[in-house]
Amino acid sequence: MSTVAAPRTRDEFLEGLWKQNPVFVMVLGMCPTLAVTVSAVNAISMGLATTFVLVASCGLVSSMRRLVPREVRIATYIVIIATFVTAVDYAIQALSLALYDALGAFIQLIVVNCIILGRAEAHASRNPPVTAMVNAAGMGAGFTLGLVLLGAVREILGAGTLFGIALFGAGFQPWVVMLLPPGGFFVLGGWLLAFSWWARRRERREPASHA
Amino acid sequence: MNESPPAPSAPAPASTRDLVLTLGVVAAVCGLVIVGAYQLSLDAVTANRRAALERSVFTVIPAATSLAEFVALPGGGVAPATPGEVPPGALRFFAAYDAAGNLAGIAAEGVAKGYADSVRVLFGYQPGCQCITGLGVVSHRETPGIGDRIVTDKAFLANFRALDARLNAELSALASEIRTVKHGTKKNAWQIDAISGATITSRAVGKAVNDSAQALLPRLAPELEKVRKKP
Repeated sequence: MSTVAAPRTRDEFLEGLWKQNPVFVMVLGMCPTLAVTVSAVNAISMGLATTFVLVASCGLVSSMRRLVPREVRIATYIVIIATFVTAVDYAIQALSLALYDALGAFIQLIVVNCIILGRAEAHASRNPPVTAMVNAAGMGAGFTLGLVLLGAVREILGAGTLFGIALFGAGFQPWVVMLLPPGGFFVLGGWLLAFSWWARRRERREPASHA
Repeated sequence: MNESPPAPSAPAPASTRDLVLTLGVVAAVCGLVIVGAYQLSLDAVTANRRAALERSVFTVIPAATSLAEFVALPGGGVAPATPGEVPPGALRFFAAYDAAGNLAGIAAEGVAKGYADSVRVLFGYQPGCQCITGLGVVSHRETPGIGDRIVTDKAFLANFRALDARLNAELSALASEIRTVKHGTKKNAWQIDAISGATITSRAVGKAVNDSAQALLPRLAPELEKVRKKP
């Protein structure tokens, strides 16, 4: 676990992005996933904000892993995570108020995102900083990927645009329900189906190719 | 949880002093980081808020190029707004000025309960014609495609080109209450023609404008000279 060779690093990254994708495989962090993915821009911003918090807090948790007594580790992790979330919150307010209003309370709620505390406790607290941060970056990328896949589909179907650019002519009647909460569940269900189908197909093929 | 660490992290329970010390140090350092982030971003955030406010006021009063913030005090009288909290009972409004420094219009916010949540609007008022000449939606959570047409529907926004907001003879209230009426039944200049299919949201806009105008305009009318010129 503690040797950091190049293929090992790549595996750590790919684990979060694909094999252990937080949205489609572990089905974690569903609250922001369903709530902010009404547009691709919102989804990507939320994903990047979460990734930053994830990488920064995992790096810090990992470098402090021998200094923090076990009894207070969860409290320490939460304080560290909350600090980075607050910094991100101010940064987004400084960058764009429109984005800040669109993401609403979900920026602050990154604090209680189970992906982050889960990574800090399950991975960062028992691995060296570089491994922990690579793993966290993979998880963050996986979360961002999940959000963007959801946000893009919902925006295309629900508003006829992608990243705010109109895709269809004026005759397009938007499928508004996709922007409403039920649409989040429909699209999430569709992607979960697609992912498990891919995973199964790979499972069936892999033994054949190795033999 | 069941960590079997190769690292020499102490399996024996840590002393209370260590626990307090760890949490204390972590909390103090994190506190400092937060203060630093706040200080670093404060200027940009304030500038952003100001720009957003100016943008929305200039949308409802197109002739304006600058603005000043005032409060209408509950006992009568108008005073420049001080940064921070508005005094209890006072109403906040914005006086917008054109390039020559003359009053181009008054803008004020109103809020009412819509279909999903509060609908916040900002309207522009012209003391000359005593009418409302512009409407902007500050925030809303109405249904996309239905209630959110209050932001884009041209026919609906046309209601606010010259919406009658004259005061009665005693200057105590509007001469006729601003009301949202069913789509297609607008007869008078103080009525708002609702969007067909989005009546609840349209009514919320009408109520927000009416409540705010009823409260603010009687206080403002006798004090109008104070805001005529750019301070």
